[in-house]
Amino acid sequence: MLGIIAAIIDGVLIGSVYGLAALGLTLIWGVMEVINLTHGAAIVAGMFGLYLLANAVHIPPYATLPLILIGGFLVGIVLYWISVHRLMGRPPLMILLSTFAVNLVVIGLGTAAWGTDLFNVPVSLPSVTWGRYTFSGTHILAAALTTAIAGALYLFLYHTKLGKAVRAVANNREAAELAGIPTTRVLSLSFGLGVALAGAAGMLIATMFPFTVLSGDAYQLKSFVVTALGGLGNPAGALVGGIALGLIEGFAGQFMPVSWTLVIEFVLFVAVLIIFPRGIFAFRRA
Amino acid sequence: MSGKTTGTVAGEQRASLRRRPFFWIIAAVIAAFALAPAIGNNVELRESLLLATVYITLASNLNIMLGYAGYINFGSIVFFGLGGYTCVYLISAHGWPLAAAELAAGVAVSFLALVFGLGILRLRGAFFALATIGINEAVQAFVSNFEPWGGAAGLYLPTTIFKPLGGPMRALWVVYFLLVAVMGASLYLSYAVKSSKFGLGLIAIGQNEDAAVVLGVPAPLYKALAYSLSAFLPALAGGLYFFKSAFIQPSDAFDLNLSTEAMVIVMLGGRSTVTGAAIGAYLYEELRGYLLTSQTFSSFQLVISGALLLLIVLFVPGGLMGWIYGRWPRGKEVLE
Amino acid sequence: MRKLYLLAAVAALVAAPAFADDMLTIGMTLSQTGPLNVDSVAQQRGAELWRDEVNAAGGIKAGSKHYKVRFVTYDDQSQGGRVQQLYTRLIVQDKSQFLFGPYSSGLCATAAVISEQYGKPMLITGGAEAKTLELGNKYLVQVLSRAGEYLAGAIRALESKNAHAKLAVVYADDPFSKAVAVAARKLAQAGGLDIVLDESYAPNTTDFSAIINKTISASAEALVGGGHYADGATLARQIHDQKANLKYISLLVAPDSPQFASLGDAAYGITVPSQWEVQAAYKPDFGPTGAAFAKAFAAKFKIAADYHSALGYAGGLLLQHAIEQSGSIDADKVVAVLNAMDVTTFFGRFKIATDPGHHGLQVAHEMVLAQWQRKNGRLEREVVWPKAAQTADLIYPLH
Repeated sequence: MLGIIAAIIDGVLIGSVYGLAALGLTLIWGVMEVINLTHGAAIVAGMFGLYLLANAVHIPPYATLPLILIGGFLVGIVLYWISVHRLMGRPPLMILLSTFAVNLVVIGLGTAAWGTDLFNVPVSLPSVTWGRYTFSGTHILAAALTTAIAGALYLFLYHTKLGKAVRAVANNREAAELAGIPTTRVLSLSFGLGVALAGAAGMLIATMFPFTVLSGDAYQLKSFVVTALGGLGNPAGALVGGIALGLIEGFAGQFMPVSWTLVIEFVLFVAVLIIFPRGIFAFRRA
Repeated sequence: MSGKTTGTVAGEQRASLRRRPFFWIIAAVIAAFALAPAIGNNVELRESLLLATVYITLASNLNIMLGYAGYINFGSIVFFGLGGYTCVYLISAHGWPLAAAELAAGVAVSFLALVFGLGILRLRGAFFALATIGINEAVQAFVSNFEPWGGAAGLYLPTTIFKPLGGPMRALWVVYFLLVAVMGASLYLSYAVKSSKFGLGLIAIGQNEDAAVVLGVPAPLYKALAYSLSAFLPALAGGLYFFKSAFIQPSDAFDLNLSTEAMVIVMLGGRSTVTGAAIGAYLYEELRGYLLTSQTFSSFQLVISGALLLLIVLFVPGGLMGWIYGRWPRGKEVLE
Repeated sequence: MRKLYLLAAVAALVAAPAFADDMLTIGMTLSQTGPLNVDSVAQQRGAELWRDEVNAAGGIKAGSKHYKVRFVTYDDQSQGGRVQQLYTRLIVQDKSQFLFGPYSSGLCATAAVISEQYGKPMLITGGAEAKTLELGNKYLVQVLSRAGEYLAGAIRALESKNAHAKLAVVYADDPFSKAVAVAARKLAQAGGLDIVLDESYAPNTTDFSAIINKTISASAEALVGGGHYADGATLARQIHDQKANLKYISLLVAPDSPQFASLGDAAYGITVPSQWEVQAAYKPDFGPTGAAFAKAFAAKFKIAADYHSALGYAGGLLLQHAIEQSGSIDADKVVAVLNAMDVTTFFGRFKIATDPGHHGLQVAHEMVLAQWQRKNGRLEREVVWPKAAQTADLIYPLH
């Protein structure tokens, strides 16, 4: 019984980071109806950002978070102008392919630079022990920072002028344009935000688990599952969806062979898409 | 529509198909694929063309959904992998002959596709695209745990399996010719669909599904049929491919990269054109093969493929055929 | 591109007479990229050291001729998809006379059929799974101990400390690790160990917390399993992070790499079944001693040799011996010699099964169990099992 509770707690901790990653994906979809296939590469970039800053420049691991957020934001804006802007209004396939192409280029450059070796950033934090079970400090701090970032995003979207502009564009781009909102600027800003969130999630994941240049694919898939659970384009849903996924992984694994949880995860993913295409946890659109 | 009129319409179409030059162009391509390596027993050329036949099969069938109906299918490889598994399983566990196992694989996978299709084709655009990824991953995870199919360890075929085809060396030729036949069938299928009322319906769906429904296109039925139809030949190709490999494991059978490669190919050649998918597949296979084995470029092959794709999407969205039609508008009458 | 091929072909024709008589071409794919690259590259380096030493010594002598060795290699990206195409190319276009297998059982299973189809001998130096060799081949030669042997030493060592230990078997879903786990399960049950958890995971798993929580809940005292480098190293780190308090851990492959030491405290005490350790002092019938090989390797690559490197080198050495003995580079003659060979090199004993149902299966080579221990504050691998070969006592329990 204690084991199940421990699994649930750990699931929630890790799931919240999946939620943060998915937040980046879902924000971009919500604002411009684009599925960003550079998402996995952005997560990996966050991981290597931590590795480079912490190991080469010797910045304390958690102090890299603001740098990665800012760097991710700037890179995201550049990516918007390269791979998305020209294709807005074309069939959705085009942007899927252009972001997929950028993903190939980024992963290809990463492979040329670092190979596909496993990298490990040792972060020593005190852990919390509860009976026989231990919750590692990196998991707890990652969940706390995720909550802080999500809170900041909420404040930005609902309590700043710019945030309101983002929501207006998400609701109806033409109307927002008529109301004098510089929509292109808002779109590029949102794309930057989405990439920054993915990078931050990558950085937090890298404090918990070792990683390679190719790790992005698996986390991108998880982000898809999370956004399906939470509803595409729904930031609050993404967080709840992430926690739900973490719960499934931790909880279901206690009652069946862990290798079957992947089957459950993806079957659930398809089933939710078919039955609740707007997500189980679809509260309302941002 | 009564059975009789369908029959006549189909008959007329078949006759008109044969009168068009494109019918003969496809026949010439098939003949070239079959003859070029056979003359002088050129094994090296055969191996290079073998992967091209697989790519052309995958891309042509993907084109039915992606090019005509405008549905983005990231998981088209699932048909290829399931076809491979069904075929290898029937041969290794039940001793079926290759032909019977192939046929069973094609029929079973098409049926499964129909079931999947009826479910997920309610979804549109990005939601459909995501669901296709989910199906591929779910099937891969399931097969990895499914012990009758060897689970994660996969299924092996003994080398004696090639005896009925005249030993391992001759078997490679037999499999190659069969793959050329599957490729040819894919090109004709792609062409036949495009020139039929069914194909027109699909293209209407691709342009504006709601309008198509209003105009009387039975969209759900057409989509499910197209999805199922586009599963049959890739399943056969998968069966042959993994029979030749004599080994199949989940990570090879359901490799999502192969799906995305098929999409890149369709884009490279030009969406909803039969020729484009074929030429795109051929060019892509040659390019990848060259990059992979080149000492200079092998570490940059992903970068080069990615940059090329980005340039095409941004500046030549019609792909190769779009560019050719732009230069030579009459091309549309000759090359479909 | 066709033109390039044509140019290459013309160049090959022009160049051919210059070296055709005294050049031996060996083809192989390696995983320069992808999840298997750490061990695949180590294996390749061993083979390269052998090649360079042979060529420096004047080449391989077969009858009256001396052959210089040339390698042709391609990157298989750790994926089975192109392995067959690349091996075919190695044979048909690059005219390889002999082949080395790729790294990992899965890729070897894919490559094996090509050796049969074209009648080219393939030395398997990185595929332990036995199934590939039980399909009726005539040209495969396995240099390393098969998968079933991997955890035998680890389980006996555990039994020597606690004959009824509660054991968790946790392994990756791939052909090699699964074959290892099947054999380990049987051995453990026969010996009286209590298997309290039996789990597999997808090879690209990064989050092991669910499995580790289950291990703790099952009150397991020992854990055996793992897979290849990336997942094994990740599992080791999380066992440490989550303080699973295991008394004994034995993981496949990953802890054998020198890189494993970068895990720091998480690496301490972990044991690994090893095909070869430098401390194992076999008396070689030919070729260098283990110490001489390790020294030459470290001098060339500035990194310590692990068993994958030793395998790469041993594969070359055995092929060289077989060619020299047969006095020719004819595939069938060389394989006939390999079939009859029973020799000991720095890598240990070599003898393969020759009955049609198991041709090429390694039957004589023995494995050891190594453990990461602290020596003067540094993490080092020591041989702890079998007792006859041990260089240090097994540290047990870890907690």
